[in-house]
Amino acid sequence: MAAGVAAWLPFARAAAIGWMPVANLPMPVAPTNKNKHQDELIILNVSGRRFQTWRNTLDRYPDTLLGSSEKEFFFNEETREYFFDRDPDVFRSILNFYRTGKLHYPRYECISAYDEELAFFGIIPEIISDCCYEEYKDRKRENTERLMDDLEDNKDSKLPNMTFRETMWRAFENPHTSTMALVFYYVTGFFIAISVITNVVETVPCGSMPNQRDIPCGERYTEAFFCMDTACVMIFTVEYLMRLFAAPSRYRFMRSVMSIIDVVAILPYYIGLVMTNNEDVSGAFVTLRVFRVFRIFKFSRHSQGLRILGYTLKSCASELGFLLFSLTMAIIIFATVMFYAEKGSSSSKFTSIPASFWYTIVTMTTLGYGDMVPKTIAGKIFGSICSLSGVLVIALPVPVIVSNFSRIYHQNQRADKRRAQKKARLARMRISKSGSSTAFLHSKRNGLNQSLELTGSLEEDQQMKKTTSLLESQHHHLLHCLEKTTNHEFVDERLYEQGYLQTALQNFPSRSPSLSSEEGITGTCCSRRTKKNIQPLSATHTHSHTHNLQELSALHIQCGEQQPLNTSRSSLNLMSDESGSLNCKSSGLVTTAIISIPTPPSNNSRASPDAPPLPNPDAPPLLNPGTDVVKISAL
Amino acid sequence: MMNLEGLEMIAVLVVVVVFVKVLEQFGLLEAGYDDSVEDELELSAVRHRPEGLEQLEAQTRFSRKELQILYRGFKNECPSGVVNEETFKEIYSQFFPQGDASTYAHFLFNAFDTDHNGSVSFEDFVMGLSILLRGTVQEKLNWAFNLYDINKDGYITKEEMLDIIKSIYDMMGKCTYPILKEETPRQHVEIFFQKMDKNRDGVVTIDEFIDCCQNDENIMRSMQLFENVI
Repeated sequence: MAAGVAAWLPFARAAAIGWMPVANLPMPVAPTNKNKHQDELIILNVSGRRFQTWRNTLDRYPDTLLGSSEKEFFFNEETREYFFDRDPDVFRSILNFYRTGKLHYPRYECISAYDEELAFFGIIPEIISDCCYEEYKDRKRENTERLMDDLEDNKDSKLPNMTFRETMWRAFENPHTSTMALVFYYVTGFFIAISVITNVVETVPCGSMPNQRDIPCGERYTEAFFCMDTACVMIFTVEYLMRLFAAPSRYRFMRSVMSIIDVVAILPYYIGLVMTNNEDVSGAFVTLRVFRVFRIFKFSRHSQGLRILGYTLKSCASELGFLLFSLTMAIIIFATVMFYAEKGSSSSKFTSIPASFWYTIVTMTTLGYGDMVPKTIAGKIFGSICSLSGVLVIALPVPVIVSNFSRIYHQNQRADKRRAQKKARLARMRISKSGSSTAFLHSKRNGLNQSLELTGSLEEDQQMKKTTSLLESQHHHLLHCLEKTTNHEFVDERLYEQGYLQTALQNFPSRSPSLSSEEGITGTCCSRRTKKNIQPLSATHTHSHTHNLQELSALHIQCGEQQPLNTSRSSLNLMSDESGSLNCKSSGLVTTAIISIPTPPSNNSRASPDAPPLPNPDAPPLLNPGTDVVKISAL
Repeated sequence: MMNLEGLEMIAVLVVVVVFVKVLEQFGLLEAGYDDSVEDELELSAVRHRPEGLEQLEAQTRFSRKELQILYRGFKNECPSGVVNEETFKEIYSQFFPQGDASTYAHFLFNAFDTDHNGSVSFEDFVMGLSILLRGTVQEKLNWAFNLYDINKDGYITKEEMLDIIKSIYDMMGKCTYPILKEETPRQHVEIFFQKMDKNRDGVVTIDEFIDCCQNDENIMRSMQLFENVI
């Protein structure tokens, strides 16, 4: 029941008195009105903007937030109003929904913001009224498409363990992944071009023998052309077989359009091979050669524009169908009329209606060859009407097709642009994030956690606490608890890999990451023990990031004496006995402070910058390069 | 002189027609239908403002506050200030989704539209409600009689009653238990007439009606049912 009609319920009930004299049975008891304060104004404070409405108005839709008792959670006792910390502009539409029963979607509003507000207030988007529903749906579809694009891009990243087959398939689908794929891509493109050119040149008349007419080149240099053809077909066959082998789903691959084109392109050759001996069917053989031109469609793998064109035509199928249908109708009508109009005139070319079809088509498409011309007056009049209407009929569906093409093309362009910008965007976001996301490790370095273990001095404690907010410190504490629970520590991704390598290559019995974790670090004992053994490691910090996808910052740690870097995990456990932080000059120790555990490659670039995803903090923070910076994370 | 044959004549006709149409487009030839514009203006001018609050307070038995609430609800649904029959039927039908309430709504509309001008204004609405909710039993019964008397001649005939009863049963719709049979409304009418028609003359007058209802316990009790609707 529509809510506005609820206002008429008292009337309907009153009108029920009309049934009473007619009724034979006694009536049920009427429900009583329990709460008497139906008619009161309530104040809704949305981020400072005050809206007022009757309580009745909100009660119209009891299954939403404002209509149910859920709003009591937002009631502010002191100010006697309901406070919502949401967007007041969107709230306007939502409140109007209660008032008028119609939900409108404002065009200037972002679709996802609007969706979120609707979800918050418990209103389903399907009740958006007809005037705004189309717009809403269109924008929603656009948005989802865009998100789908981005999602697909993320999938492109390389998974660590791919079988040979999968690598090959990826190389085929996306030539930019490796140099081999690129080479393959260009080679096949080259051979397609060669093949097409060969087909064309074959029919050009070459120089003639003195006593014969011009013969096409194909017949003059038969072997050369045959060799070319064979080479091309062999390449295509090999390519097709390789794709077939690498395809994840062979059945689906064989049904796809591109593979059918491939097959059609190479089949004539093989059929020709089989049939050369039989002279009777050489006519058919010649026809088969026509199919060789389909090789040109293989270019669509190489050109995105072609693919877009094909996709557009497919998506405009209905418009094209309509165009064809209306043209056919018009052709038949005009052909009939022209035939009967020209029937009277002598030596008329319009011998039958099908013969007039040709005239009609040529006229409607404004070609006007002039091989068939009406001679009677009626014929001329109808002929001119025909040509005028032809322009209209053809011009009408064309803009629809054009706009479709434009939309798809721009979408593609936008997708490419976004992909190109994504790397830079991610980089910039990481820089801004780095302060907060690795704050935990920062704080480890600064000895915050140490202070939590009751070994630091009080002033240090207060000084450190000043720089981090309550939220941060609580978060750090949480991460710290996790470390304690699992008896492992958060490590820098790069250092983890290096450490991993080291354990493989060198023997570091007391140094290896695995070992130190096995020892069951409790912090103090281990650190003291390993404080003495600091071994220089191979300089591993200079290469910032090669195989790791999203590393940006390089760790430049220098110490006064240029001591080589100790990237071992155990240095983490260094704890000063004296103070919260070691500095280089005092102890001559260089320690890398940051160790984080490896982040999975498919990093969500949209992760909130304030809190790092547990328990994978991102790239190491930027230390100030060039200064004598040594920070020790003390655990 | 040209010898125009059949098809040529048609061709010439076509050309002439196209020519005329083009002239019309340019406004050089008046087509002769320019009434439609004024019609639209008329419809949109229908607006109605009720009399003042004091007058309504005097005429009905509602308090000021109640009148305010009623008017707000009324105006919300019908911003133009009047309800025409279509809207009335729509609104009433929303309360009975399973059946067809349009016939009964039609009768109801006629009962509310006391001045028979085809639309129910706020005054009509509120006067009707005043009788139904705050009126004496006599007034209520009067109102009910008025509802049943379709042609307002002072007598309820069997046909009128049959129409009314059928429209009430229509509101039930198809899915009822027990299943609605053809003769049920007729039987209902018979029962009604047996009760009400004292002198067996085939019609029920207002006095017979009021008399009979006042003697019926059930009816009396049910008349008080909707006392506190507002």
